[in-house]
Amino acid sequence: MLTLELVRIVQDDFSLAVDFTLEQGRILALIGPSGAGKSTLLNVIAGFFPPQSGRVMWQGRDITGQVPGQRPIAMLFQDNNLFPHLSALQNVSLGLRPDLKLDQAERDQVQDALRRVGLAGLGDRKPGNLSGGQQSRVALARILVQRRPLVLLDEPFAALGPALKRDMLRLVRDVMADIGGTLIMVSHDPDDARMIADLTAVVADGTVSTPQPTKDLFETPSAALRAYLGD
Amino acid sequence: MIRSGPGYAAAGFVLLFIFGPLIMVFVKAGGGVLPGPGDWAAIRFSITQATLSALFSTVLAIPVARALARRQFRGRGVLITLLGAPFILPVIVAVLGLLAVFGRSGALNSLLIWIGVPPVQIYGLHGVVLAHVFFNLPLATRILLQAWQQIPAERFRLAASLNLSAGQIARQLEFPMLRAAAPGAFVVIFALCLSSFTVALTLGGGPKATTVELAIYQAFRFDFDLGRAAMLAVIQTLLVGIVALFALKYSHGEGFGAGLDRVVTRWDAQSTLLRLNDALILIFAALFLLLPLTMVVINGIAGWSRMPAQVYSALWVSVTIALLSTALTLALALPLALTALRRGWIEVIGLFGIVSSPLVLGTGLFLIVHPFADPARLAFAVTGLVNALMALPFTLRVLIPSLRASEQNYGRLADSLGLTGWTRLRLLLLPRARRALGFAAGLTAAMSMGDLGVITLFADPSHATLPLQMYRLMGAFRMEAAAGAGLVLLMSSLGLFWILDKGGRGDVDA
Repeated sequence: MLTLELVRIVQDDFSLAVDFTLEQGRILALIGPSGAGKSTLLNVIAGFFPPQSGRVMWQGRDITGQVPGQRPIAMLFQDNNLFPHLSALQNVSLGLRPDLKLDQAERDQVQDALRRVGLAGLGDRKPGNLSGGQQSRVALARILVQRRPLVLLDEPFAALGPALKRDMLRLVRDVMADIGGTLIMVSHDPDDARMIADLTAVVADGTVSTPQPTKDLFETPSAALRAYLGD
Repeated sequence: MIRSGPGYAAAGFVLLFIFGPLIMVFVKAGGGVLPGPGDWAAIRFSITQATLSALFSTVLAIPVARALARRQFRGRGVLITLLGAPFILPVIVAVLGLLAVFGRSGALNSLLIWIGVPPVQIYGLHGVVLAHVFFNLPLATRILLQAWQQIPAERFRLAASLNLSAGQIARQLEFPMLRAAAPGAFVVIFALCLSSFTVALTLGGGPKATTVELAIYQAFRFDFDLGRAAMLAVIQTLLVGIVALFALKYSHGEGFGAGLDRVVTRWDAQSTLLRLNDALILIFAALFLLLPLTMVVINGIAGWSRMPAQVYSALWVSVTIALLSTALTLALALPLALTALRRGWIEVIGLFGIVSSPLVLGTGLFLIVHPFADPARLAFAVTGLVNALMALPFTLRVLIPSLRASEQNYGRLADSLGLTGWTRLRLLLLPRARRALGFAAGLTAAMSMGDLGVITLFADPSHATLPLQMYRLMGAFRMEAAAGAGLVLLMSSLGLFWILDKGGRGDVDA
């Protein structure tokens, strides 16, 4: 269970107040206008940006002071999710062992993850020799082997076309079902939320709304959501 | 993430070996020797020649950079690469090439005599300035070309749509850019020329054409007047230190800059007259740079068989020193650069090498070693050490931006995967800095290979690096043998650079 307890994020003249709880195994979409602080919120949860006040708790334990690598979190950024000088196989392996010293069982696990995302046989390629969609699959394979209970997606598929993006989101849903973990994804496209998120929260006007079932939220949109959707 | 300890250790090493000798020099100079008329003349000459060299280099670079900025032609890339060559070209080799073109019996004078005009003399002030322009015109051109390319292409498009003439564009777009960029080029070149040694040693000399750096050497070699050498070293340090710190503010690692291959379409410069103008300028610039080098190759091949056996032993000495000082530079630069990512001030320590001149450091080290051992026995070690310290600023300027880019682009990913310490270095920072490391290593090795500085203070007649061996052959008027040695030196310097730089490019396909 993830709890954001009276978290206040301040950056120059921007501020955001967050206070919500997310149960294990849920998929939460954060939607809202650009500049509202969706990415910053993910960075606070992941530990890349310190909140001004409040606590980030995981399973009742305060993780606010932990460095990113120690947190039970796997994250995909908007770009640069793969090291371009390492092969797909090595990039995935980093999720298991940061020093790349894998034993046989771990090597099998990596091969299996690559197979799961549809990249069997492409492990030796470097990211430069893979398509955009394939690069996203490598990053998802790493999420798969990392098996972190909390996964954060900061619009990693924004550069992909609509069909490819839907494929990726379906893959994300399968991966999360496999891990049994919690997912928070940032998006500016309401369709993304409708497709895989059971909960959605709106980030706008310096606050984050309480996560609600996605279906209810879009059926009776709040003023902030209506303003964002433009209808 | 990455521990700072090794960075501090490297900084301590640099401080010790730069300020230790400097303090020694100051202590020794405290003996009360005041500068004599000869010393004041040396100061005046240093400043005069540096001013003229910087002025000519910068002014002549303006039309060359403009022609390169607005013309697309076959060989443009090669010409721009060639403009980077002076960094790795041994000074003494260039001097030999310049002598072959502009010297007493050189190509130019043969031509002048044939026409019936009195021959020109290369030794003295104008020879020193000529050699400095040869080295720094390319540097100035690269600095200005970079500035030219920072004018957005859209400005020229807008100017074209407003139908501005070439002259109006120059006034509106190019002069303001030059007002900002040209003084920077001038100061950097002024600083480089101020501590010139090899050029002054070979083309200057005599009471009228002695730089301070050369005067230190003479006080050492001819008079063994350590007090006077120390006093001159203090003057040189203050002079170079002040100007170098000033120049550092203006330099942004120019001349190494990538992205000089872009050409902006210029609708204003399509007239035949302007095309002809640019073509002539580029042909003259290319000839000025290429003729001396061509002469080195031609004369070198002719003199190959005349080389004494010492050339080969000197070659191995030089290659060994170059590789050792490259290893030392990288061993210092890497921890310094890694620590500088978080504590920027530490880079400044690495740059201290600039404020001290090689001969001043050499003087200080000589004074330290002298009471205990025969300095000649340590000649090669001291040369390697000083070369490493001198190359450190360039290496840091190449390495730090590369490491910084890796951290900026992939630091968060590495953090989220828990890559720390040695693992982060091995899997992220070193592989991504490979290109920069290779380039920096090549630069250091080539600079060390071609250096003729501190070795002249220490070496006894039976030992020599290749540049010193070449200088001795020139001094003995064995010009054919010197030409052969020059070709060997040229090939080995460029070869070392090429191998190390190539090693850095490796199979980096990202």
